[in-house]
Amino acid sequence: MPVQMPDINLVTLLPEILIALLSLVLLLKSAWGDENRGGSISAMVIAGVAIATAITLRGGDTTTFGGFFINDAFARFMKVLMFLATGLVLFMSQEFMRRNKFDGGEYQVLTLMALLGGLIMASAGDFIILYLGLELMSLSIYVLAAFRRDDKRSNEAGLKYFVLGSMASGFLLYGISLIYGTTGTTLFTGVATALQAGTGHISPATVMGVILVLAGMSFKVAAAPFHMWAPDVYEGSPTSVTAFMAVLPKIAAFAAIFRVLLVAFPTLHVQWNPVLQFLAVASLAVGAVAAIGQTNIKRMLAYSSIGHVGFILLGLTTHNALGFQSVLVYLAIYIFTNVGAFAIILLLNREGIGDEIDDYKGLARQRPMLAILMAMFMFSMAGIPPLAGFMGKLYVFMAAIEAGQFGLAITGVLFSAVGAFYYLRIVKLIYFDQPKEGAFTMVMDLPARAILTVAGVIILYWGIFPGALLAWSAAGVKVFL
Amino acid sequence: MATDIVFYFFSLITVFAAVGVIASRNQVHSVLFLVLTFFNTAGLFVLLEAELLAALLVIVYMGAVAILFLFVVMMLDVQFEELRQGAIQHLPMGIFVGVMILAELIVILSGVHLDHHAVEVTAKVSNTLAIGQVMFTKYLLPFEIASLILLVALIGAVVLTLRKRTGVKRQNISKQLARTRDEAVELVKVTSGEGAKP
Repeated sequence: MPVQMPDINLVTLLPEILIALLSLVLLLKSAWGDENRGGSISAMVIAGVAIATAITLRGGDTTTFGGFFINDAFARFMKVLMFLATGLVLFMSQEFMRRNKFDGGEYQVLTLMALLGGLIMASAGDFIILYLGLELMSLSIYVLAAFRRDDKRSNEAGLKYFVLGSMASGFLLYGISLIYGTTGTTLFTGVATALQAGTGHISPATVMGVILVLAGMSFKVAAAPFHMWAPDVYEGSPTSVTAFMAVLPKIAAFAAIFRVLLVAFPTLHVQWNPVLQFLAVASLAVGAVAAIGQTNIKRMLAYSSIGHVGFILLGLTTHNALGFQSVLVYLAIYIFTNVGAFAIILLLNREGIGDEIDDYKGLARQRPMLAILMAMFMFSMAGIPPLAGFMGKLYVFMAAIEAGQFGLAITGVLFSAVGAFYYLRIVKLIYFDQPKEGAFTMVMDLPARAILTVAGVIILYWGIFPGALLAWSAAGVKVFL
Repeated sequence: MATDIVFYFFSLITVFAAVGVIASRNQVHSVLFLVLTFFNTAGLFVLLEAELLAALLVIVYMGAVAILFLFVVMMLDVQFEELRQGAIQHLPMGIFVGVMILAELIVILSGVHLDHHAVEVTAKVSNTLAIGQVMFTKYLLPFEIASLILLVALIGAVVLTLRKRTGVKRQNISKQLARTRDEAVELVKVTSGEGAKP
């Protein structure tokens, strides 16, 4: 039997290869380099991520390895978001890493590996690649969650995430095996062709497979009712890791959900859409209601992220161009809002406070600029104009109305109003309460200033001039139309 | 007919051994049941004429993984009885969910004709050769990604467990070799009846 090589075009994989090589080099450097190398390693990571972003932006539409790996406008959009998320979070957590002795190099290597897994998921054209990318990302983040190994809560977070995440991977794999069993292929396009050929008869096993795959992915984005792990893991993990896991896995998993549902199972739209609608409404409800009673800001942001996932899923259920576009827009805005909020939490962490919501009392009296920024991030999450968060929600609702889903749109608006309560509570604490003696005296350094400025400016800019973001996301979703 | 009997033989033992893994009180017995499960699964693979997979299962899973499990279970003093305390109260819920899922799967899979074209068995090529040929060609990319996953697992294990402790006596060969006679040996004049003084 002659050996047949698939078409291999390594240029398609260039950003991924770069990230993989960089992490290997850093691993060697951290093993043999001198002590106190955290600064230079972080600088190398950020430079590498910037180069990979540039390469990604210049890439053209290609596929390689027989359709296993796809580089199209959609993948590029998601990848640039992931690069931004990783780069910004690493940049802002340098001081935190130094203080907690995370800067031995392994932390950055694991972060890069998680990023690599995410990139692979966004480009996957096959269930096997998707699963491997997911495992690479998840495994790295399990370790990161438990990185503060002398801290009981960090250990608990890592273990909880690992056990429940393995369960979710099991669901995903079982779903994939059912799909493979009924269609005879794991390639997304192959599955779609096989299902189209057998129109009229859809095997219940295929539907079960799709639902199991959706359940596995919902766990990764923490959509209700698969969200139970999120508050505990967010609270227990080191804050820099929480910031990272609040953004990267969501982008990657949504990219994968998009591709699986729209490329492999467009014919099963009737079957999976109700599931998505249920997930969306449940996430909106959990995100809005459960966050109200929280006293820890990381737990509150965990519930808030569940609510945001609800909105993103709402955009996906509309199944029209505007809806898909709104998902991409929402994700982009979500990243900057979250990065900004976590930057402020990390800043307060320098004084050993900032995890409890009450720690923010009276921030405005001492640090008016920080207070304005925090209020902006909270208003943006609540969806108050003229900030970017409003634009995100607006497009989701517009898409829902265009699709004739008035019930879902009204539900979304109602839960958004309920959710506004706990965001506004923080603004109230910041502006109308008395600070403790000697609080908020931390020093701002350059990374903190830079991140806060960038996040603040972008949230304001996209809120008023969303044109560029819209055009970019429109190009991204063209693949699926 | 004969293969049917063999199939049911292996699968029955597999199922009972799998139940034994979670039901036995002694954790060493659990691991041994796990070995039994692996072995019978290997038997099922042989029935499918997938002899390479069967061999890998025996060599890797029984020979290495299960033995490692055994080591860990024996070395760590984990009180499984304590861990099991809460399990009884969650048992009804667990059984309910399990039975529901099982029933659903039976309903779904009973009417399904699984696609037998899924795997092309080329009769002339041996199993090992066939797997080798696709693993390093068609599935090269998954193969490489899997290697990265293993690397992450390695790094993770080291990061989470390696502790640099101070005050531990370790052998440092270069230090030993660099010793000279002058710093290592001291000649002491001992007067009789008094013993050597430190």
